[in-house]
Amino acid sequence: MAAATEEWVSISRPPTRREKLADLGFRGLTYVVAWLTVLLVLYIVVTIGRSAAPAIHERGLGFLKETTWDPNKDQYGILPQIWGTLYSSVLAVVIGTVLGLAVAVFLSERLLSLFVYRVMKFCGLPSHGFWARLPDGLESLLKNLIELLAAIPSVVYGLWGLFVIIPLIRPTCNWIHEAMGGIPLFKTALSGPGMLPAAIVLAIMILPTISAISRDALVSVPPKLRNAAYGLGATRLETLLAVIIPTARTGIFGAILLAFGRALGETMALAMLVGNANVISWSLFSPANTLAALLANNFAEAKGGQVGVLMYAALVLMGITLVVNIFGDLILQKASGGGKGT
Amino acid sequence: MTKTRVLSLLSLPLLVLTTVSCSFLSGGDAKDRVKLEGAGASFPAPLYLKWFKSYSEAHPEVKIDYQSTGSGAGVKAVQDKTVDFGASDAAMSPEEIAKVDAGVQLLPMTAGSIVLAYNLEGVDTLKLSRKAYVNIFLGKVTKWNDPSIASSNPGVTLPDSNINVVVRADSSGTSFVFTKHLSAISEDFAKDPGTNKMPNWQVGTKSKGNEGVSSAISTTPGAIGYIEYGYAKATKLKMTTLQNKAGKYIEPTIASGQAALAGAKLPDDLIVWVPDPKGDDAYPIVTYTWIMTYKKYAEPKKAAALKEVLTYCLTDGQKDSEELGYIPLPSEVVEKVKAALGNIGAEAAEKKSK
Amino acid sequence: MEDPVVRNRAISAAREAGAAFPLDELEYSLRRPRTVFSAAFTALITLLTLAALVPLFSVVYMLFVRGIHKLSLSAFTLLPPTALEKGGGFGNAILGTLIMVGIATLISVPLGIVAAIYLAEVGPRTWLAQAVRSVAKILSGFPSILAGVFAYGAVVLVTGGFSAVAGGIALAILMLPTVMLTAEDAISMVPAKVREAAIAMGANPTQVIWLVMLPTALPGILTGVMLAVARAAGETAPLLFTALFSNFWPSALMERTASLAVLIYNFSGMPFENQIEMAWAAALVLVLLVLTANLIGQGFSRHSGQQ
Repeated sequence: MAAATEEWVSISRPPTRREKLADLGFRGLTYVVAWLTVLLVLYIVVTIGRSAAPAIHERGLGFLKETTWDPNKDQYGILPQIWGTLYSSVLAVVIGTVLGLAVAVFLSERLLSLFVYRVMKFCGLPSHGFWARLPDGLESLLKNLIELLAAIPSVVYGLWGLFVIIPLIRPTCNWIHEAMGGIPLFKTALSGPGMLPAAIVLAIMILPTISAISRDALVSVPPKLRNAAYGLGATRLETLLAVIIPTARTGIFGAILLAFGRALGETMALAMLVGNANVISWSLFSPANTLAALLANNFAEAKGGQVGVLMYAALVLMGITLVVNIFGDLILQKASGGGKGT
Repeated sequence: MTKTRVLSLLSLPLLVLTTVSCSFLSGGDAKDRVKLEGAGASFPAPLYLKWFKSYSEAHPEVKIDYQSTGSGAGVKAVQDKTVDFGASDAAMSPEEIAKVDAGVQLLPMTAGSIVLAYNLEGVDTLKLSRKAYVNIFLGKVTKWNDPSIASSNPGVTLPDSNINVVVRADSSGTSFVFTKHLSAISEDFAKDPGTNKMPNWQVGTKSKGNEGVSSAISTTPGAIGYIEYGYAKATKLKMTTLQNKAGKYIEPTIASGQAALAGAKLPDDLIVWVPDPKGDDAYPIVTYTWIMTYKKYAEPKKAAALKEVLTYCLTDGQKDSEELGYIPLPSEVVEKVKAALGNIGAEAAEKKSK
Repeated sequence: MEDPVVRNRAISAAREAGAAFPLDELEYSLRRPRTVFSAAFTALITLLTLAALVPLFSVVYMLFVRGIHKLSLSAFTLLPPTALEKGGGFGNAILGTLIMVGIATLISVPLGIVAAIYLAEVGPRTWLAQAVRSVAKILSGFPSILAGVFAYGAVVLVTGGFSAVAGGIALAILMLPTVMLTAEDAISMVPAKVREAAIAMGANPTQVIWLVMLPTALPGILTGVMLAVARAAGETAPLLFTALFSNFWPSALMERTASLAVLIYNFSGMPFENQIEMAWAAALVLVLLVLTANLIGQGFSRHSGQQ
């Protein structure tokens, strides 16, 4: 037959010259863009550093220890702002960890699915088709709702703090202040914006970060460990406290550090809620100031020398957030790399 | 994800971008359009914005964009040349003007009073003597039932609670005018903190802008702070009655403000301060507020349009002042400012006249 | 309490002697203190989780109650009102937000995806990849105000004025890490067999990426893009120093531009009722916009998870 004498036609062929060039070109492009990303961050650091250089030269490290911020007498010091940034972030992390870890545990233990399943069984609902997917559907709905907390813009959180949180906590706080004013934590009255409302709103803002990363850490604990604990007769609480959380502790710690880093850099909500007063006070109800809020409020009006000073403050803020974020990242890497248990 | 779905999703933003770029194209063609950009004081901002919007509605080819960034930022913007005009409650000093090589023309556009608004339940009128209100802001008077306040308010029950002072966190012409007045009536105040756009207050919680102070006062029981009259009127905050130089207690109204301005004559450079007005009916804290234009503009169209807009503000615009809580300019002042508008010229015109 | 070892020996002895197995020992009984603690703990965790959800509903409720009545068609088509002026809207702010987020997307998405390709495909284990990953994680925790300060120095001062482009660049800096990291994740999660099949067919690396990996990873990448877009739409601080605000419709990219976030920040502090109400309505629109973007993003990732 005629077909038997035809040559095979190959479907595949070696790459044409154009394809080879395009390949090399594109891979070179990715290499260049990767470098650009690194250079961008360096450029940002250098730009801010360069504007801050005259102020650094003039004021040195004393800038970090001074407490007066007086543009008229050319006296600048950011110790109150550093204090405010750290104090508000630590408070926020404490509150946020309690809530965030609880959410993470709730999600990782699939308590919602269990509860819905028990209710379904109790009501005698069928367990196939739509109903079978209901518990898991509700579980992922809950997970998405928690993630939506992170989506709300900072300025809307500021409004919420001003119009909902402050009126809500003011009576209680002033009652506490009157009853226990001797304790340094309650020394001043809550006249409006202050440390506590800011810390509460900040805690809600960082809660999704803590819960998402902690949940990942808790879920990645090998099932064998969990089942072994249950097999030995441990209750849920005992399993969590003795086995699961200790195994996931590196991841949880990394989550807390990263959330701390986020809290340090938060600007708008704090600018609206922290009170903009350059004071150092242990009182939860006292107004304070943070580095980010200082920048937000003063940058537009800064003239000449003041710009350098603000850039110095920006550099300090950048330094603090960088250190915290790098630590958090290193710890998370250790957690995902080496903490796999068995 | 199918290709069609991806494409249909991407089409929406593409549509937006196309419509927007079309509007850009059409915007670029019109040769008559002039856009003026200004920034500065928050004190007169509501009035300026109303003027500029009314003018643009009557003259659609001219758009004036004003942003309320604060008097200090307005002066800086004029010096940095990032705007076509600025606005400030504190007229620029000669040193500040010297930094601008295109020259600066200051034009008073309107005037306003600064009031002490307060939030005290059950106290509907509050009279403060000069000593009392200076000492509140010096931190010497800390309770509402202090004798210096009680003596001016017989028959009024004042609570034994702290006075929550609210001051400005940002650089502000309102602060400048207020501290100038306080320094004029008290030597202690003049020494520290003294007259300043951003004084080093020893008391009080800080809020940003007239807006921030208003909302702080309205949400904090027992608060008192200094804000512009229009803001207090709009937020329906209670205003104190202050004792003036003649010893009389005067309520802040448009009439008492006009009485205060009547005592000050406007010199040729159009800068005048009224730190402590004379006159029985004068309200003690008033100020003009200025728009700063350059004396030379590179584009003659901008200079011409700016002069038209400012003429409108000085004539028809003054009708809007009272409703928003500003003091209409006295007629002699209007004439002087209109004459000063002639100093704004384009560089081309200058070269021609040589 | 008995020593458990002794008791276990007794149980084993009883079993060997033929006694019934003490099944009641295995029951879940609330009489035992350990069980009570555990149940109380579970209840506490549930309460705290509900408490964590309350702010979300509280915020949305607050915005609805205060903002819904000003939300009409005119809100999208009219310009912001001046003090005491009736009516008005914030159409220019919505458009401005869309424009600046659009500019930021145009800058950050191509750069982010190309960098992610490098991280996932071209050089995953080089030191440069490690550096880029660290840089991206650092950048994702970057305070937004510093991005604004940088864009002010690098763009506004250089071009001599506030502009939408400067705002877009500041937002792009904030979007880049999210896009890059999610894209890298998405590309590296493409099953190895798909990749190897393409290589076996004779495709060179670029063809593998463009014809096979990217289309497969597209849902994951789009999730990252949507999340980044949602974040950028809500940012205020960077825009305050770069695009400032404008009371007019955007007419040129190099001019000041309105945005929803800055409008909310400005108007919420005004003493005039009409402007405060505008701020609430704008906040409602912004939150709806952001939540929708997030839901779309989550929808993409769910779709890809089913593959």
